[in-house]
Amino acid sequence: MLAYVIYISFAGALAETLLPRGKNAAARWLALAVAVAGLGIAVEGFASGMGQGREVIVDAAWVPAMGIHYLLLADGISRVLVLLTGIAAVAGILFSWNVELRTNQFFAFYLALIGGVYGVFLSGDFFLLFVFYEIAIVPKYFLIAIWGSTRREYGAMKLALYSFAGSAMVLIGLLAAYTAAGSHSTALADLAHAGFSAHFQFWCFPLVFVGFAILAGMWPFHTWAPTGHVAAPTAASMLLAGVVMKLGAYGCLRVAMGVFPRGLDPWGFTFLGLGSWRGVFALLAVIGIVYGALVALAQSDFKFVIGYSSVSHMGFVLLGLMALNQIGLDGAVLQMFSHGVIAGLLFAIVGRIVYDRTHTRQFAELETMHLARRLPFAAWAFVIAGIASMGLPGFSGFVAELQVLTGAWNARPWWTVTAGAGIVVGVAYTWRALQKAFFTDNVPAPHVLEYEHTHKLDPMTWPEVAGVALLAVSTVAVGLYPRILLDQIEPAVRALLAGGVQ
Amino acid sequence: MSYGALNYAALFRATLPETTLEVAAVLVLFVDLAFLRRAADKLRAAIAAWLGVAGCIAAIWAVYAAGWQGFSTGNDVLFSAGGSAGVAQVAVLVLTALTLLLFIDSDFTRHPGEYVAVILMAAAGGLLIAAAQDLLVIFIGLELLSLGLYVLTAFAKKSGQSAEAAIKYYLFGGMSAAFLLFGFSLLYGLSGSTSLPRVVYGVDNAVFHGGAPLLLVALVMIAAGLGFKVAAVPFHLWAPDAYEGAPAPAAAFIASVSKVASFALLISISYTALNYLRILAQEYPAPASHSVAGAAVSRIGGGQPPVEVSFYFSWFLILVVLAVASMFLGNLAALAQSSVRRLLAYSAIAHAGYILLGLAFFGWSNASAQAILYYVLTYGLTTIGAFGVVGVVERATGSDRMDSFAGLHKRNPLLAAVTLVLFLSLAGIPPLVGFWAKFNLFAAVLGMYGGNLREMGTVSGAGLPFALVALAIAFSAVSLYYYLQVLKRAYVLPGTDQSPIAVHPVTTIVLVAIAAAVVVMGCFPALLQDWIASFYG
Repeated sequence: MLAYVIYISFAGALAETLLPRGKNAAARWLALAVAVAGLGIAVEGFASGMGQGREVIVDAAWVPAMGIHYLLLADGISRVLVLLTGIAAVAGILFSWNVELRTNQFFAFYLALIGGVYGVFLSGDFFLLFVFYEIAIVPKYFLIAIWGSTRREYGAMKLALYSFAGSAMVLIGLLAAYTAAGSHSTALADLAHAGFSAHFQFWCFPLVFVGFAILAGMWPFHTWAPTGHVAAPTAASMLLAGVVMKLGAYGCLRVAMGVFPRGLDPWGFTFLGLGSWRGVFALLAVIGIVYGALVALAQSDFKFVIGYSSVSHMGFVLLGLMALNQIGLDGAVLQMFSHGVIAGLLFAIVGRIVYDRTHTRQFAELETMHLARRLPFAAWAFVIAGIASMGLPGFSGFVAELQVLTGAWNARPWWTVTAGAGIVVGVAYTWRALQKAFFTDNVPAPHVLEYEHTHKLDPMTWPEVAGVALLAVSTVAVGLYPRILLDQIEPAVRALLAGGVQ
Repeated sequence: MSYGALNYAALFRATLPETTLEVAAVLVLFVDLAFLRRAADKLRAAIAAWLGVAGCIAAIWAVYAAGWQGFSTGNDVLFSAGGSAGVAQVAVLVLTALTLLLFIDSDFTRHPGEYVAVILMAAAGGLLIAAAQDLLVIFIGLELLSLGLYVLTAFAKKSGQSAEAAIKYYLFGGMSAAFLLFGFSLLYGLSGSTSLPRVVYGVDNAVFHGGAPLLLVALVMIAAGLGFKVAAVPFHLWAPDAYEGAPAPAAAFIASVSKVASFALLISISYTALNYLRILAQEYPAPASHSVAGAAVSRIGGGQPPVEVSFYFSWFLILVVLAVASMFLGNLAALAQSSVRRLLAYSAIAHAGYILLGLAFFGWSNASAQAILYYVLTYGLTTIGAFGVVGVVERATGSDRMDSFAGLHKRNPLLAAVTLVLFLSLAGIPPLVGFWAKFNLFAAVLGMYGGNLREMGTVSGAGLPFALVALAIAFSAVSLYYYLQVLKRAYVLPGTDQSPIAVHPVTTIVLVAIAAAVVVMGCFPALLQDWIASFYG
């Protein structure tokens, strides 16, 4: 059943391209229907998969001569991320309700991207996973280049080339692993048991890990992320931060760490104080956390703040992966979900609710607009999102980051100490953005009040309210009752750790 | 060496496909000149093209009817049949038929009968070299093909560019033919035979008696001649000009049919050489690997006399140098192009580089030959489609500059969608067939070194092929940039001219069918793979 999230998305994309031009309303409702159906299936799959462990959804010979299977699997991690994709897809469509330019093409690319993302999370075969992974790259380019804003062609091309460079590394790793295992199978489970030598894993692991981590926004390969996020239309930046960066992190976990677990072993020598790839990537993750937060603190463009905050938050995911213990990996997966929802909400508020009404994202201009009074809904929504993003208790980010930090402490205490500093800076930049954009304390002059009274900003529309509600409820629900996800994640992570990653 | 009496019935049966094409060519000329002198140009073009397509279909039937017999005189094989030759022959005919269908809508010539006849004759040359096992037959086939291509390049008589391109093409072609012939004559001098298997055997003996330097000269000469046909750097200089100046359907023919036939020839040369090596390995068991390079290297390591080493290793080395140079120059030069035709030319050079890589690490299991054929076939198909699109856009806008693609999605959404599919396939994006072809090819290159790769210890193992495959994949990441430049015009940038572009129905059907084939074969790669494998019995 869960496999239909993929088919329904691609079918929706095809239907959108065949839709006659000018039927914008029909295109919107069709896209929403497809996304809601996908979410419905994802929720159903999530609920019915409770306590099921790993299940095979489809297993068919695809290219018999080369032993490649069309193999779809779901375990707890997959189900959580499919659920996230469903939520992000529906929210993204709600926040692109006002797209009037080539509407059907917009949703066609959008749904094709979603279909690819679903496919990656459900693939149990390296080759199949790679195919879906690449399918997700091309629509991103067109979504940004056609419907984007600031320096969109530059941002789109940079993103496409970074993604493609990363996937080229993964493809080299795929070919190496496939042929080294005897050219019999590309199933992840078969490759994991192929008995690759430690030497082979020593260089193949970082190749594949970095290839995926580029898309996860790992410092110093993160530079596509802020420019891409800023250039993208709202829905696309919600998807980029919400699910596409998770593709990278998921690939790191499932493929790089799952197939080449001994790549994480100590080298047997130290170089600049680093003794293993684990140490290297953990260091990069910690740098990403602190660096992303510090740069976010210095931005004058509202959307860049969120863009860099994504780099910082994705650092937690990578740090959690490198902790290599149950709690750290649990936290990493939970953080993927949590950041997907929160980043979606932040981008929606900045890119859609605020920008489409004020036509600026510069703090200097927003400061003069008194948005807390004129857009109270946006202001309070951002307060909720900001608090969630800072990682306050009661929201999903708190549980996730707490677990990551605990896991990191068990591994190397200094990782936690440094990452903790990043959290403090995170509070600072969120607070700064909140204050500058919404709650300025300069008292408006009477003529400004007069002007604002006569030029009211457009009122909230129902899709915006619905979208904010969906995302906010998700983060609060997980924050108050994290077991709902952790019950799925924990057994899957335990199985993964037992399979060699430790 | 004994020569049996020439069996003309067998010769006729073995060359039935070529004969069919020649008959069709004469028929086209006759019908055009005898009955259609006063008819409208459009009608004449349509009738000539459809007759040509019918000829191709008949020839495909003849390929199957010939029954994989091949032809030999006494002990010397002239033609092989079945296997790679069979695949390549059918592919040549199918691709020729597609380029003929694209011709229906063009207006660059008032002599459609002659155009179609030349195409068919050139295709017959392609069939010859795909199956040839004899140096003389190879040379005759190559010349038949090449002469046809020069004429086709010059066929737009009103265009100065076309004439210029043809002159350049012809000069380079004549020179490289001379090189090739010189190389062949040296091989004949070394071995005393023109039949490929005997040449390999004789050359090996000659090298043992001190002929190695001469062999090296011969191989370099031959590489120059064949490198010209497949547009490998540094013998590629004609390609951008010919692709740019030739009429679009002719350029499509040059880029696809000629490529398929030439690579089929390279496959049969590599296969013959390896086959000899296999016999040798059976006679003198040595730690031989399953490839030219591996054999060469392991023979150095195995303390064998370095006789074969000089032969195989130099051929391998030449191919690797050509491959790397082609990937480098093709991809980097394509980045700087503003004409889509020149871009396709440089991308063709880059693709030739990937394929040459497959040839350099050719294995004697059929996997290598099949992977290379798979790549060339699907590449040829995609390129025909790309030139079809270029032809349509050119006629609508008067130019093949990238900017003339601007706003294509508005002017003709279907054409834009076809462009999207074809160019993404060329860039190697899944689930399109171009990705699968690359994966298949590179897997075949690395496949022979799987065990070594797992241990990854010695250089004689997987180091070099792995590094080269990694380089090729890195370059295909680079190639995405220039393919996206075209797609960016088609989908993102607004066009100055918004008027719709009308496309001839036959052209539309052909282009959509090609795009559909690219998608379907990409989603179900086993279809074409099984079809190719069926020729190897």
